[in-house]
Amino acid sequence: MSINPDLQGRSYPAAEVYDVSREKIREFAKAVKASNPAHFDVETARAMGHSDLVAPPTFAIIVAQRADAQLVEDPESGIDFSRVVHADQRFTHHRAIVAGDRLVAELHVDGVRAMGGGAMITTRSEIFALDGNDDREKVATTTSSILVRGEGQ
Amino acid sequence: MSPKFEELTVGQEIGTRSIEVTRQDLVKYAGASGDFNPIHWNEAFATSVELPGVIAHGMFTMGSAVQLVSDWAGDPAAVVDYQTRFTKPVLVADTTGTDEAGAVIDVTGVVGALDAEAGTVRIDLTVVAAGQKVLMKSQAVVKVS
Repeated sequence: MSINPDLQGRSYPAAEVYDVSREKIREFAKAVKASNPAHFDVETARAMGHSDLVAPPTFAIIVAQRADAQLVEDPESGIDFSRVVHADQRFTHHRAIVAGDRLVAELHVDGVRAMGGGAMITTRSEIFALDGNDDREKVATTTSSILVRGEGQ
Repeated sequence: MSPKFEELTVGQEIGTRSIEVTRQDLVKYAGASGDFNPIHWNEAFATSVELPGVIAHGMFTMGSAVQLVSDWAGDPAAVVDYQTRFTKPVLVADTTGTDEAGAVIDVTGVVGALDAEAGTVRIDLTVVAAGQKVLMKSQAVVKVS
């Protein structure tokens, strides 16, 4: 099955809320071999001026890849996950992600380009934090390109 | 001590770091990130999809390489933008049960650009494994005082 060219311009609205916990920040920080105390010690993070533990610079990938899953698992997309290669990634932080944040991601398919028998797909996740009234504050923008390899690629 | 803008010059090296990677590290990263693609932990699956073996998550490499910058900046929240291209996979050998690393990733950071108006510095990372550059255009923008 080939990639559906009509994916370009498609958007997937914010679905589930991702609750950022202290333990997930610590676990993710250890997994990327981070040792900065701002990820582990609440007192230190507060002394630096943050409300709670600070997430590492690539933490938003958890939320972005959950948003991407909506596209990859969309039966109309034609994407075979086992043939997906990550081509590039960017994080732009409007403010740091901290423990206690309630995040949602809105996914946009910005580009679909045929490459050989496969395709390069560029997606953008706009990540927002929800406050007590569910009002949105812009937290991060992530962009990602994946190469879906065609047969024999 | 966090870096001071006026003390920085383009071309200046901020430091180097050597990251040892094992198969267990990839399993940990899979759990922490939620990316359970078996090419990152199952040899038979990886070779069945024409890879030379188990490879590290690109996001593991990207995420661990930026630690040099986070620590140099002092506050990880100072990293306001970070991007990379993934050019070569990092092949991680199975060294389970030994003290050996399955791969070593070497990271070097250099001041690539200074923006006085924004108060930011761009750190360009060179990230090498098995003699090959595995990330390209790996750039972190850091807010400095």
